[in-house]
Amino acid sequence: MTAPLLEVTDLHVRFATPRGDVHAVQGVSLELAQGRTLGIVGESGSGKTVLSRAIMGLLPRHSAAMTGSVRFDGTEILNAPDRQLRKLWGTQIAMVFQDPMTSLNPVQRIGHQITEHVRIHLGVGRDEAKETALSLLMQVGIPSPVERYGSYPHQLSGGMRQRVMIAIALACAPRLLMADEPTTGLDVTVQAQILNLLSTLQRDRQMAMILVTHDLGVVATRTDEIIVMYAGNVVERAPTDVLFREMSMPYTEALLRSMPRISNPSHTRLDSIEGRPPDLINPPAGCPFAPRCPYAQSRCHNEKPPLVEGAVPGHSYACWFPIS
Amino acid sequence: MTDPAEAAAPLLRVEDLYVSFAKGRSAVQAVAGVSFDIYAGETLGLVGESGCGKSTTGRAIVQVEKPTSGKITFDGTELTTLGRGELRTLRTQVQMIFQDPISSLNPRRRVNDIVAEPLTIWKIGTKEERATRVNAMLDSVGIDPYIAGNRRPREFSGGQCQRISIARALVLQPKLLVCDEIVSALDVSVQAQILNLLEDLKAAHGLTVLFIAHDLAVVKNVSDRVAVMYLGRLCEVAPSDLLYEVPAHHYTAALLSSAVEPDPETTRTPVILAGEPPSPINPPSGCRFRTRCPRAEPRCAAEVPELRTIAPGHQVACHFPIGS
Amino acid sequence: MTDEPDHDPTTKRLGFFFWLCVGFIALVVLLALIANLLPLPDPTFQNYSAPQNAGPGWGHLLGTDDLNRDIFSRLIFGSRVSLVVGFGSALIGMLIGGVPAMISAYRRGRTDTFLNTTSYVLLAFPALIGVIAIGEFWGHQLWKITLVIGIFSAPLIFRVVRASTLSYATRDFVMAAKALGASDRRILAREILPNILPTVVSFGLIVVATLIVLEGTLAFLGLSVPPPTPSWGNMLNEGSSLLAGGKGQTNPWLVIFPAGAMFLLLFSLNVVADRLRSYFDVTEVKL
Repeated sequence: MTAPLLEVTDLHVRFATPRGDVHAVQGVSLELAQGRTLGIVGESGSGKTVLSRAIMGLLPRHSAAMTGSVRFDGTEILNAPDRQLRKLWGTQIAMVFQDPMTSLNPVQRIGHQITEHVRIHLGVGRDEAKETALSLLMQVGIPSPVERYGSYPHQLSGGMRQRVMIAIALACAPRLLMADEPTTGLDVTVQAQILNLLSTLQRDRQMAMILVTHDLGVVATRTDEIIVMYAGNVVERAPTDVLFREMSMPYTEALLRSMPRISNPSHTRLDSIEGRPPDLINPPAGCPFAPRCPYAQSRCHNEKPPLVEGAVPGHSYACWFPIS
Repeated sequence: MTDPAEAAAPLLRVEDLYVSFAKGRSAVQAVAGVSFDIYAGETLGLVGESGCGKSTTGRAIVQVEKPTSGKITFDGTELTTLGRGELRTLRTQVQMIFQDPISSLNPRRRVNDIVAEPLTIWKIGTKEERATRVNAMLDSVGIDPYIAGNRRPREFSGGQCQRISIARALVLQPKLLVCDEIVSALDVSVQAQILNLLEDLKAAHGLTVLFIAHDLAVVKNVSDRVAVMYLGRLCEVAPSDLLYEVPAHHYTAALLSSAVEPDPETTRTPVILAGEPPSPINPPSGCRFRTRCPRAEPRCAAEVPELRTIAPGHQVACHFPIGS
Repeated sequence: MTDEPDHDPTTKRLGFFFWLCVGFIALVVLLALIANLLPLPDPTFQNYSAPQNAGPGWGHLLGTDDLNRDIFSRLIFGSRVSLVVGFGSALIGMLIGGVPAMISAYRRGRTDTFLNTTSYVLLAFPALIGVIAIGEFWGHQLWKITLVIGIFSAPLIFRVVRASTLSYATRDFVMAAKALGASDRRILAREILPNILPTVVSFGLIVVATLIVLEGTLAFLGLSVPPPTPSWGNMLNEGSSLLAGGKGQTNPWLVIFPAGAMFLLLFSLNVVADRLRSYFDVTEVKL
């Protein structure tokens, strides 16, 4: 049994703000093996973005207090100095962000951005770097890469910019790719292209991939395992098909029911979740979802349920009264 | 089967609408010859990807964008024949809600003032009468007027801001409501709340709605009929259920198959469209979709396909629709 | 089901120091206004029964200058010049530059492009030289100086107000107001103006401070209101030669007091401007 590539244990992230400490991530643990795809699903405020940044070590040190453990390939990287993390960033672990317009340097040509990255990390010469860049542009499906090589980000469409981002991310053949809302804001047809591209690349290179998104539809067919987050906690975790078939946590069910489906007839009444997520500054004593849960009972309001393993191996949930 | 709604005259009739913008030296035809009807009491969904001109169409109907040519007839009155004063009066009948909930509300004004503004502009009622109406309106959108009335938009969440915008739009009791991507910026669970609210209000006030969005599932859920736009032109118009089951236009089919469903068992394989959407500055000749269409033939480049009826209530603009 | 807004406990406060500075500015303005009613000796009266170049003491609170005039009185009457030029010119600049800027930025179109380009061109013109030149031809009366400085400050004010207006004019709530049938005038007054006011007022106070310095500079060069009218700049001009035994006399007080007063006034204006800006600079809604 090979050790997992990424192992997160009891990660807590706290931000100091004038209003008090924001408990953005509360005790999250997860594992990811090489070649597998993990989906992290949650709405805004669930902590999924903070979690992904914390794992990468990208949170500002002066305002984020992190405890717990993040082991990459056996080495502890949580709270590691930047010097150590720089050896991993871009080479072993790569990240693709949501908005390529702000993630790419607007005043540098895209070809240059790729070659610069390649040359710094792989130490190759200029010509070899350009070869690599062109090959990458082709792999990510950019038409006429030679012509596009000299383009500026604003001359490309959103979908193409995202492809460039992916090219940069893959330049040094990372072992782990973190994709944070990579297709949010892109057109539906472009989204399909990008997601397909990511899946193909992940499979070909046997990368480990984490897909962070708010859209359950995105992760339904492209992940091996899914984690559902709510108010900074993992509330359910399962292999993908198990999650959709046997969801146990009421929030997961409510989330699924509130999504309009193409397969539903028109004018289907959606089951909306009343209320709003809790304040992360003073997390409530009991289950964070209790105030909005249709099945909540008194125990739910008073005691926070731990994440426990269910009947199916690999399926865990945090609920006192799971839906069976 | 004759649709009783179609027997009566439509509430809104758009004929051959063109909206162009000057961009440097060239002109961009954001809307290039769009014609459709909306019947009283129905919800027409207008769906398409970014740059297709759906928002511009909505804005032209509400008159915040000036049509370059074409006819818009509202409730029997042709808008292009009206003088400035009469046009202004008509504004009370057609209202719009925007995508960004925060930027839709003046950050310096209080909620009460914001919702009362339409009444103040048109000098409707006395101060007390306005206050009563505002309170009733806020209540009907799920905002407590006594707690929230005196506060400023920044104290509210995205979903609440959107509710306030809805209250403001409905306080004049318009006949037609144009919703421009009103839930795109909201979380899934909040989205469901707003969509349900919209359905309730539509029934309570007898509204007719033009629902513009890029999310197919959302559009299907709220609409009676759906119109699909691509690069400034209409591709297909049909009742929702029919459109989604038997799309006739190849673009519609591609859109539908690319949409992500939260179902791992889904058997739908996405029709991945080749290439990128062409630039609206230099659209392809003839059918604008032909550069990405799997069924394109020489005729498509030579002749612009007109919207024609292929079944009761089902129109398509294609020389070789699916199934022919 | 009703949704409640969050109550934000960290409502920002302006602070004691802010109000102190406001108080100081108000005091200076007040004294300047009621100077005639105060028991002060005539600022231009050369009182030969009083000691010359005396330091602060009874009878003459801040001492006398080399022409036996009371410094305290000159300080208060002199503040009028600084205040009139500072606030007056800023106001003129706002009217000539700010109001057209707001309307032009909202309407856009060719007028806006024209005005915008013009403001760039005018900004390139060295204002100080222009003011001096016109002063030489036209005269140095207070109202003329105020008007000229006001006109020269208009391009910069135009740019700032235009930029501020642009950032709001494109927002959805302005479009929503249009869709509701609001007239342009109403939109400018009720939607845009309240939003740009904090920036404009804050910037305006900085302009006031800058113009006070400008007047002081002119006076120091002898190009502002001519003596014997007291003004802080004039006092500095006269006092500079007395600092270290020039003309055979030494009277540092003639420089210290107007310089000190000017410093405190400018400092207060800057503090008020800065605090106002940060107080109104609310980060908008959380989603």
